[in-house]
Amino acid sequence: MAPFIVYEIISENMNFLMAFIIGIGFGFVLEQSGFSSSRKLAGMFYGYDTTVLKVFFTAAIVGMLGLLFSSLFGWVNLEYVFVNPTFLWSAIVGGVIMGAGFIMGGFCPGTSFCAAAIGKIDAFVFIGGMLLGAFIFTEGYPLWERLYHAEYLGYPTMSELLGIAPGVLTFLIILAALAMFWAGEWAEKKFPREKY
Amino acid sequence: MTSTEKKPRSYINPYLGGVLLGLVLLAANLVSGRGLGASGAVKDTVVATVKTVAPGHYWNTTYYKENASDSSPLNSWLVYQVLGVFVGGFLSGILSGRMKWKVEHSPKISSRRRLLFALAGGVLFGYGSQLGRGCTSGSALSGMAVLSVGGFVTMAAIFGTAFMLAYFVRKNWI
Repeated sequence: MAPFIVYEIISENMNFLMAFIIGIGFGFVLEQSGFSSSRKLAGMFYGYDTTVLKVFFTAAIVGMLGLLFSSLFGWVNLEYVFVNPTFLWSAIVGGVIMGAGFIMGGFCPGTSFCAAAIGKIDAFVFIGGMLLGAFIFTEGYPLWERLYHAEYLGYPTMSELLGIAPGVLTFLIILAALAMFWAGEWAEKKFPREKY
Repeated sequence: MTSTEKKPRSYINPYLGGVLLGLVLLAANLVSGRGLGASGAVKDTVVATVKTVAPGHYWNTTYYKENASDSSPLNSWLVYQVLGVFVGGFLSGILSGRMKWKVEHSPKISSRRRLLFALAGGVLFGYGSQLGRGCTSGSALSGMAVLSVGGFVTMAAIFGTAFMLAYFVRKNWI
């Protein structure tokens, strides 16, 4: 039964080794998809390259469906799968700041590591900036501690919030993603770029 | 015509990339009961550095005191996973002939400008991901896969803001 670490099928040390192997898969797929290029990532926001949209939403759907099927087959106990807590204000304000960082810096944390791995100097600078940004957060913590904890909602899922069964909600998200993929393909034809 | 110049291989189909990334994410959930991440390792690095360089300061500062633990901050799941990301990206770069020292930017701007923006973007992302308890991978992608409300909110805030601000920095990219 999964998660393996919870059911003690693997040891704590094995879990760290698996983290490393999973990370290799993560970095490999990101790089193969072109996420080591900031201009490709930024293309998402100008319509000339919507790879981010396609990879991101396909991955989210595959993850969702995989967990859904695994739980239906009795392979995984979803009680022990981590659901991110929701602190509404910090999620919004943090997300807005990250969005600004994304369009200015051209990377997000995962993609910056991947780009640095193939020698992108701008990615190394971005990583330096992230360390500084996280340092500012930890040092000035009392200043934003209240915002950090505001509007704590526990661990709600979208299906609980909307009162829709997880399977039905996943189906609706798939339909929404297909519509976005169609829009993405359309945008790439409408705003074509020469080589970059 | 024959060309001896080696060209990097093209990227894989984005939908295939998405399926593979989704399977990696699923593996993380089934093996370790958690999603993928990146920004958490940045924080662990900062905390470990402060603990080593300025232990006195470490034990006198709210954030570090509240989150202190006996084990080294670097002995964490996310740190091992992020080390893997470096290795995976590196292997992929070698395999596809994309290893190259380079500052990538639009021909309309200088390398210096690109690096300044990369630094500023990094600071914002580093700060924002701590405030938002995770970045595009840890909060948005992994959160969405488990249908977390916070994951969807963070995803919408990140992409919505980037779309809204895109016009003002367009010279940097197109």
